[in-house]
Amino acid sequence: MTIADIAFFAFAFTVVAAALFVVVSRNPVHSVLWLILAFLSSASMFVLLGAEFVAMLLVIVYVGAVAVLFLFVVMMLDVDFAALSAEMAKYVPLAALIGVILLMQLALVFGAWATADGVAVLDSPQATPEGTHNTAALGMVLYDQYFLLFQLAGLILLVAMIGAIVLTLRHREGIKRQDVLAQMYRDPAKSMELKDVKPGQGL
Amino acid sequence: MADLIASNLGTLLLIVLQTLMVISFVMISLLFLVYADRKVWAAVQMRRGPNVVGVFGLLQTVADALKYVVKEIVVPAGADRTVFLLAPMTSFVLALIAWAVIPFNEDWVLADINVAILYVFAVSSLEVYGVIMGGWASNSKYPFLGSLRSAAQMISYEVSIGLIIIGVIISSGSLNFSAIVAAQDGDLGLLNWYWLPHLPMVFLFFISALAETNRPPFDLPEAESELVAGYQVEYSSTPFLLFMAGEYIAMFLMCALITLLFFGGWLSPIPGLPDGALWMVGKMAFFFFLFAMVKAIVPRYRYDQLMRLGWKVFLPMSLGWVVIVAFLAKFEALGGFWARWPGVGA
Repeated sequence: MTIADIAFFAFAFTVVAAALFVVVSRNPVHSVLWLILAFLSSASMFVLLGAEFVAMLLVIVYVGAVAVLFLFVVMMLDVDFAALSAEMAKYVPLAALIGVILLMQLALVFGAWATADGVAVLDSPQATPEGTHNTAALGMVLYDQYFLLFQLAGLILLVAMIGAIVLTLRHREGIKRQDVLAQMYRDPAKSMELKDVKPGQGL
Repeated sequence: MADLIASNLGTLLLIVLQTLMVISFVMISLLFLVYADRKVWAAVQMRRGPNVVGVFGLLQTVADALKYVVKEIVVPAGADRTVFLLAPMTSFVLALIAWAVIPFNEDWVLADINVAILYVFAVSSLEVYGVIMGGWASNSKYPFLGSLRSAAQMISYEVSIGLIIIGVIISSGSLNFSAIVAAQDGDLGLLNWYWLPHLPMVFLFFISALAETNRPPFDLPEAESELVAGYQVEYSSTPFLLFMAGEYIAMFLMCALITLLFFGGWLSPIPGLPDGALWMVGKMAFFFFLFAMVKAIVPRYRYDQLMRLGWKVFLPMSLGWVVIVAFLAKFEALGGFWARWPGVGA
């Protein structure tokens, strides 16, 4: 057993254990923290595979941004878990049924998984092709080979983002907003006046 | 001896020793950075600063650290005990592990990985967890408000830091720090460094680094006049020490990043003088001095102004710069001034 094997089993065990605790943990904030541990361990497994770029992206995007938002929402929400779990008991049979069906479908797909001869890429995916780094190889695939599809994917995300902004945008009347540029370019001579008031006279 | 180094155990021992060297460098410099910070601050305000413990007060930080360690750890009654104690440790450990990929000289680096810069970025994006966990676990209003502010602030400024880094990556064609520094090597000394082609971004990066490490003028998470001390309110003793040490280490890391990305790392500024780790440490100390000066002379931002600056000024500017640099590099403007990947231009 090499060191890489030991590391793999350590990380794999952590992923599964952390994922289990996400589900069974009573406190939602603890659930999110366990989820973060699961993300980090799976990133480590990408590193073991030699896909260091994907590993770092997983940490930056999922742990550094998405999980922070999760944590935000969960911390702010006042969730009553006693009521929720009572409600949940009703749906357990249905959930179990869906789970079993999914499992069977996956078993069907992967049990009969076969690749045609000559499709070497699918058979043995390589994180780092000969003569280049993992990052450079990914860049070649995304920006040279599948440039159009990649840009289209980005466009779809952009549309989704604009949609979210439009849905939540509202202009309220009668609100004072700070216009920083206007403030900076204000002329003191025009906006205020100095008066020399004699004592005892007032304005 | 050679056999021992070649064996598994030898490799492990070697890595542990190197790690200890880096950690001791960071921790010892931390002691004097805190001292220097206070001295600079005092000098600006025409005070003497710490001058009692040791010669010129040099051992003041050691005394402070000892004081924190021997005090009692107070955990509030309503706090989530595990998360409460986990938060400062997270913050401290994350600040330390980023140093694994920072090179101090040619080949003086613990882990010379391909995606070093992404690693540092990933670790610094995790640092927000120490703050959020600390604020939430304290189960108190001020810490919670402070941690929410901090989380929003760190996420906002990470975006512009990431885009600025992308500009540098485009220029050097590599994500590895040694390669980025090597791309800044040339006959002209400091005129070869990236601060010149990436001039506007140097300022943006410096300001974003201030915001990312919660330093004044962006120290809103701990703004003492409104939030007492933000997410640190309920912390005392060693956990507080860990938070503070983590903050300073993260700041020093930002100094190292500015040095490596824009100011040539260990390269000598004057052609002819030998390169070396002393240049690297000297530049880092200089940028730390700038951090300390900013703390002393700039008033604190208001929270909405901070957010406006991050999203409406820095984000468009750094995004635009990425596009501009991409074009300048692609068409090798000024003889490859912006494109210094191997085999292109000068």
